[in-house]
Amino acid sequence: MTDEAPRFRDYSLTGIDARPGFEPGQWYSSPIPRKRLKQLMRRSDRKGLINNGLWIGLTVVTGCLLVATWGSWWALPAAFVYGIFYGSGADSRWHECGHGTVFKTRWLNNVFYHLASFMSLKNPYLWRWSHTRHHTDTIVVGRDPEIAFPRPPSILGMFTNLLYLRSGLKEFDRMIRLSLGRLTDDEKQYLIESERPPAFWTSRVHLAVHLSVVGVSIWTQSWLPLMLIGLPSFYGSWLHHLLAATQHAGLAEDLPDHRLNSRTVYLNPFFSFIYSNMNYHVEHHMYPMVPFYTLPELHEEIKNDCPPAYSSSIAAYREMIPAMLRQRRDPNHFVRRPLPEQANPTPHYVRPQFVYAT
Amino acid sequence: MSNWTRACAVDDIEEEDLIRFDHNGRTYAVYRSPSDEYFCTDGLCTHEQVHLADGLVMDYIIECPMHNGQFDYRTGKAMRSPACVDLRTYPVRVENGQVFVEVE
Repeated sequence: MTDEAPRFRDYSLTGIDARPGFEPGQWYSSPIPRKRLKQLMRRSDRKGLINNGLWIGLTVVTGCLLVATWGSWWALPAAFVYGIFYGSGADSRWHECGHGTVFKTRWLNNVFYHLASFMSLKNPYLWRWSHTRHHTDTIVVGRDPEIAFPRPPSILGMFTNLLYLRSGLKEFDRMIRLSLGRLTDDEKQYLIESERPPAFWTSRVHLAVHLSVVGVSIWTQSWLPLMLIGLPSFYGSWLHHLLAATQHAGLAEDLPDHRLNSRTVYLNPFFSFIYSNMNYHVEHHMYPMVPFYTLPELHEEIKNDCPPAYSSSIAAYREMIPAMLRQRRDPNHFVRRPLPEQANPTPHYVRPQFVYAT
Repeated sequence: MSNWTRACAVDDIEEEDLIRFDHNGRTYAVYRSPSDEYFCTDGLCTHEQVHLADGLVMDYIIECPMHNGQFDYRTGKAMRSPACVDLRTYPVRVENGQVFVEVE
């Protein structure tokens, strides 16, 4: 407890709570034999190409269906399915390829990383560094630029963001800003100098492509070009946001134990495919170099040292929504995840305690 | 002044892998390449001081286990961001089944 007056926490990276995070060695890792971990970390171009080839193939086929049915009511279900592959499929693949773990061959990771970044309206350079910080200081206030639900959380914001309205528009704003060579103070905290020029140029290219699509739509007097490129990032990313909201919402802040600040949720095979197995989120954060296709095996290795996985997204939301509603009244509240009896306890860590406004 | 120090036995490291070697308060990483050569670098990633010994060796690349910063462990050259600063390398020699590193 400090002698500060009660207040909400400052989630910016330059504010009053921007204090040092945890040392890398302080983060808890469930024990796993080195030999087994090496097996799990192995990259496979074949597995990466099967998954991403299927994703691109389905995106192209459903896009063609949308073109073929345009003007009829059949275009609605076609757009619905196409949007999921484009908007939701791209967001998880941006993430996976950003970690560089999908393919053994580096240029394949880079090609899919840049493609998926464009499709999810993300600047690949800025987000690589933002996500690097997210892994260094996961849900550490004043350090992690990717805390999706600062307390008190906005439930309305969570649901409006199913159509990417909150963060998607922010990404467009960022695209314009970076095109002009401007960074916010927070962005300057994590995007190193040498990566800024390519970040600016990439945003210019993204913006030029999107403006061209707008131009083609105006020229052809049709929404179709925009329904194929640009808008699917909004109308199709709902599935990704629905699944991704469960990653950390309502859980502990400032605790270097991913078992207690992240969720692992079981999903059906289709959702897992779209989401690239990021539902194994505890495992992903604990061992970020394990590619998505071996995360289920990693889960089996360490699950006895982790809180029980959620049986479905609905089960996770059943816990999350009441916790977030309570955080609106009491920002000190968070869900305490139960560790199994045989699990290693969370080591004792010290980071300054804060007083919240209530 | 040269200071050759025994780091490990050759069989202590699997092919295409590495181990951590601590000496005089410093941490080093000793590698065995796919072609059975041995190399040594500083043991901590130049990005955020994470132990490289927990990372993955692929051919001649060591990958940091935290953020996938990559280095060519033969030269120490940083190959992928967020690693931007090269690793320091150290001479290695193998004698009688033992790996020696010339440390400071």
